[in-house]
Amino acid sequence: MSKPSKKFDNDPNTTGHVWDGIEEFDNPMPRWWLWVFYVTIIWGIGYTIAYPAWPGIKGATAGVLGWSTRGDVVAEIQAAEDKLAPINAKLEAAELTQITTDPELGPYAVSAGDAVFKTWCAQCHGSGAAGAVGYPNLLDNDWLWGGDIENIYLTVRHGIRNEEDDDARYSEMPAFGDDYLEDAQIDAVVNFVMSLSGEPKDASVVVAGAEVFVDECSSCHMEDGTGDRDQGAPNLADAIWLYGGDYDSIKETVTYSRYGVMPSWGNRLTEAQVRAVSAYVHQLGGGE
Amino acid sequence: MAILDKHKILETNATLLLVCSFLVVTIGGIVQIAPLFWLENTIEDVEGMRPYTPLELAGREIYVREGCYVCHSQMIRPMRDEVERYGHYSLAAESKYDHPHQWGSKRTGPDLARVGGRYSDDWHLDHMRSPQSVVPESIMPKYGFLEKKRIDGKYIGDLMKANAFVGVPYTEDMLENAQSDFMAQADPDSDYDSLLERYGEDGVNVRNFDGQAGVSEMDAVIAYLQMLGTLVDFSTFTPDASR
Repeated sequence: MSKPSKKFDNDPNTTGHVWDGIEEFDNPMPRWWLWVFYVTIIWGIGYTIAYPAWPGIKGATAGVLGWSTRGDVVAEIQAAEDKLAPINAKLEAAELTQITTDPELGPYAVSAGDAVFKTWCAQCHGSGAAGAVGYPNLLDNDWLWGGDIENIYLTVRHGIRNEEDDDARYSEMPAFGDDYLEDAQIDAVVNFVMSLSGEPKDASVVVAGAEVFVDECSSCHMEDGTGDRDQGAPNLADAIWLYGGDYDSIKETVTYSRYGVMPSWGNRLTEAQVRAVSAYVHQLGGGE
Repeated sequence: MAILDKHKILETNATLLLVCSFLVVTIGGIVQIAPLFWLENTIEDVEGMRPYTPLELAGREIYVREGCYVCHSQMIRPMRDEVERYGHYSLAAESKYDHPHQWGSKRTGPDLARVGGRYSDDWHLDHMRSPQSVVPESIMPKYGFLEKKRIDGKYIGDLMKANAFVGVPYTEDMLENAQSDFMAQADPDSDYDSLLERYGEDGVNVRNFDGQAGVSEMDAVIAYLQMLGTLVDFSTFTPDASR
């Protein structure tokens, strides 16, 4: 390292480093930059005092503002609940049949119900409520347990065939393959059921199937196959199928039976949410 | 420049430079490592947590193997929209027996931290075989092959021992009966009373999860999914601002 040298009179001082004859000017930092730097240091110290920051043996400092993420979310949820409390109370008190026609409650129930549906119901009934194999379509006029808002409400609130709610809707179709009906009888009745709404696979056994149907099936599905909503027995004559309407699917249903389960939402959601989602489902298109 | 001259002393004495560099690295190390010794401070004092049953642990291994965490998180953040959709925000206590935790960092699919009990086993089975059969817009791959792969829990006891070694409170009793507990949980006709005795009456689902005889990987995965987020009794939870 040699002595700092100035080649020109107005050159700034150098740092004193020399390497292979190359020297470095000792220019000051831009003043604005330096001040911003100092301010961020002060701000940083203030921040650690105001907010949770410094770790200790038993926990971190809480900060003088007393802010916490967990406290924040509780306050935010409470604020939202308080804001909705009056209209939710009104929704809970209203007559079910009056909800959709009420100018204030109707739009609220439908949009709140939409949010509930998307969160809790869409996984089985589909985001557009069109259902899937084994999970009923809620857009059409075909209802297993009734499509007026009171019945929809009961279904949502207590569910179907679940073990968590004693008031859950319950019925159970026997498994007719279980040494109960002969294979030929099952084949015949499946063909008869197909003939109710379309073309059977084997038209020659339809008459025999009709006899089996009257003996074994008509107490729930009615003699004309239109079903019975009090027992959740589906209408078999309308070409709407929950588990498929082809020969193999119907044969599987008759042989092994079906046992669709829906949870009890009264146990998981608030009364206002249950009512809102019932109103939402009711106005989708099939509501009676 | 005084400071540069002093720095020159360091730069021109290799041993001194080495010693001082080591000092700096030590300070950095302490700042990062020391808080881990007080990790217990961050774990909430709540009731209900128990170690995974052998079958659930196997399901968890399959979850890790298939990379489920790449698309599914298990971490409900303390924000209103998340709490309303998924349930109570996740607690540190809920991950205390996780090695490694499955918090994840990306949600291509939904969060699974509280998926337990939310759907039926049948739904999970349909969904695993073909996610699009129940959620048409889903882009999740099919996992139907899981139900074809039989498992017998031969090595599950070893895995539990490894977990016990890193701090999961498996008792001797649990370790000894690992394989029989493994088989019992997927068979409601089995003698599963001792399983419930070891792991708790309320929090353990004993069912034939995949609806077919024997234990398959599908049983294990559904058993795991059905217990996620169901253990903690939130009536025993008091939020503490310093955590």
